[in-house]
Amino acid sequence: MIVRFFAGKVSVKIKIAIICLIAQFFLVGIALSQPPTDSVIIDTLRTPPPDVTPVMVKSVVAKDNPNDDGRAVIISWDLSVDDHAGGKVTSYKIYRSEKRGGIFAEIGEAPSGSDQMMDNNVTRDEEYYYKVSAINELKEGGKTIWQVSSESDVVGPAKAVAQWFDTRRLNVFVGMIILCGLIIYYINQAKSGKKLFIRKISGLDAVDEAVGRATEMGKKIFFIPGISDVDNVQTIAGLTILGRVAQLAAEYETWIEVPVSRSLVMVTAKEIVKEAYSKAGRPDAFHEDQVHYLTDDQFGYAAGIDGMFVREKPATVFLLGNFYAESLILSETGNSIGAIQIAGTGQPSQLPFFVAACDYTLIGEELFAASAYLSREPKLLGSLKGQDIGKAIILAAILVGSLLETFNIFQLSKFFRVLE
Amino acid sequence: MRREIPLIITAVVGIFFVLQYFIPHPPFNQLNGWFSDWFSIIGACAIWLGALNLIRISADKIYRRREDWGYAIIIIISFLLITIIGFWEGNAFRDSGTGFDWLYRFIYTPLSATMFALLAFFVASASYRAFRARNLEATLLLLAAFFVMLGRVPVGDALAGIFHVPESILPSSIATWIMNFINTAGQRAILIGIALGIVSTSLRIILGIERSYLGGE
Repeated sequence: MIVRFFAGKVSVKIKIAIICLIAQFFLVGIALSQPPTDSVIIDTLRTPPPDVTPVMVKSVVAKDNPNDDGRAVIISWDLSVDDHAGGKVTSYKIYRSEKRGGIFAEIGEAPSGSDQMMDNNVTRDEEYYYKVSAINELKEGGKTIWQVSSESDVVGPAKAVAQWFDTRRLNVFVGMIILCGLIIYYINQAKSGKKLFIRKISGLDAVDEAVGRATEMGKKIFFIPGISDVDNVQTIAGLTILGRVAQLAAEYETWIEVPVSRSLVMVTAKEIVKEAYSKAGRPDAFHEDQVHYLTDDQFGYAAGIDGMFVREKPATVFLLGNFYAESLILSETGNSIGAIQIAGTGQPSQLPFFVAACDYTLIGEELFAASAYLSREPKLLGSLKGQDIGKAIILAAILVGSLLETFNIFQLSKFFRVLE
Repeated sequence: MRREIPLIITAVVGIFFVLQYFIPHPPFNQLNGWFSDWFSIIGACAIWLGALNLIRISADKIYRRREDWGYAIIIIISFLLITIIGFWEGNAFRDSGTGFDWLYRFIYTPLSATMFALLAFFVASASYRAFRARNLEATLLLLAAFFVMLGRVPVGDALAGIFHVPESILPSSIATWIMNFINTAGQRAILIGIALGIVSTSLRIILGIERSYLGGE
């Protein structure tokens, strides 16, 4: 029938119109049979419901972050009155521009309940303007369904400026001035001839005895300055004692060997031992190989020294410097060969091992006092006295602070909080 | 001048380092990083001093057939082997499957682990000596160690549970109390002393009073 219709005498215009009509029905049918797309849903839901716009934030302040090198601006604000549990604020967005009337770019977002944000991406001494938007938005499956916001007034200019003093470290500065003042005062006292009482440190008194024992037995002395480099003050403290020990060894004509784990320590120790031999009047007895490098590796160093201990069986071993896990490996091996051992370190966790395995242990500050104690030079002894007075002040502060805090009178400890 | 110049450098650098802790303003805030970089560079260059010293002493030992000269051969062979393979493999020497990696994983790591494992035996022998109750202090140490060790393992509390020991005096509670109060107090006292010692030593070095690290008085 359809074929007859199109083959018949109906006009061409009518035929085309009928074809178009049929095609339109097909297209509409196909369109209606497709599942609805996301875009259609969002288009219908994007319109936010009425009365969801939050009240804007007030009292926005942008100011330089104090005590830094001029790399941050702090933006703070009073919370929107709609920022509460179940309120209209879901977050705050912070915008920044270099001109008051310029284009503001978003620099960060803070969750509801936050009243400040740090802008760490600023150039020192540049002026910036800020505004804060209180945001209310609905999200579903990570997609924003609708979002409304209210912007604060523009504030600024704020400038990040570098400071010349970190006021958070004022307590450390005051403490340092007091301690250094005490040390310098007692150094001057010592220089003027005043006799200072320094308590006996048996580990240091035993140095002469230990060197003498090696001489009597005709065996070597080993001096181990730890596994740290010369940038560690414990290594320096150990090396200062090396000078004294090497001088005694030179006087007693006893061989002292210093295996080291850092090249720079080797250079320094070599110079110290050489000088000590010269002072003892025996520069010819110094041998370059007395101070030698083993390895930078912690356990390789321990293995190397253990091997030397076991093969050469020294009479005396000094372990003075910075030590970690190798402390017990070295000191126990030294103990097993019957060497007299004097150890000292500033690592509290290694001290029990030294105490258990060595004959004498320099605990904590005793290692740092060794140079002054051994040389008996008034200037150096004065510094020890100043250090002891500093310790007495800290002890008094601990006692007073404990009492005050126990009775909830005053928190003295807040004066001693140190910023990392 | 041989002594004065190092003393001046030490004093100036020391003072700058003290100041940089309190001054966040440039260039003080960058000093720490700069000096760390310089130290790393100097240290990296200086490692050749150490390596050459090791090779020279070992070679000398072999040449003169000194006692235990066989160990010196092992040192030289190991040194040359790891250095040559490391340089031969270029920048990728640390990649998995390289010769350097093989040496590191199958020779270096087991050797280090062996040395570290020795600690267990040394701790036992040292503890045996330290915990002998010869006097009051050693007895207290023994008791503290007993409770800490017992409190640190589950069997401690399990044993106490058999005797219905109150929770407050379970071995774990006693161990925690000893560690938190007695041990912490002792450690802090030592740390305060160390900190004061470091300040005092640093000041002596900065002021040029302590010179023995330069070799001599």
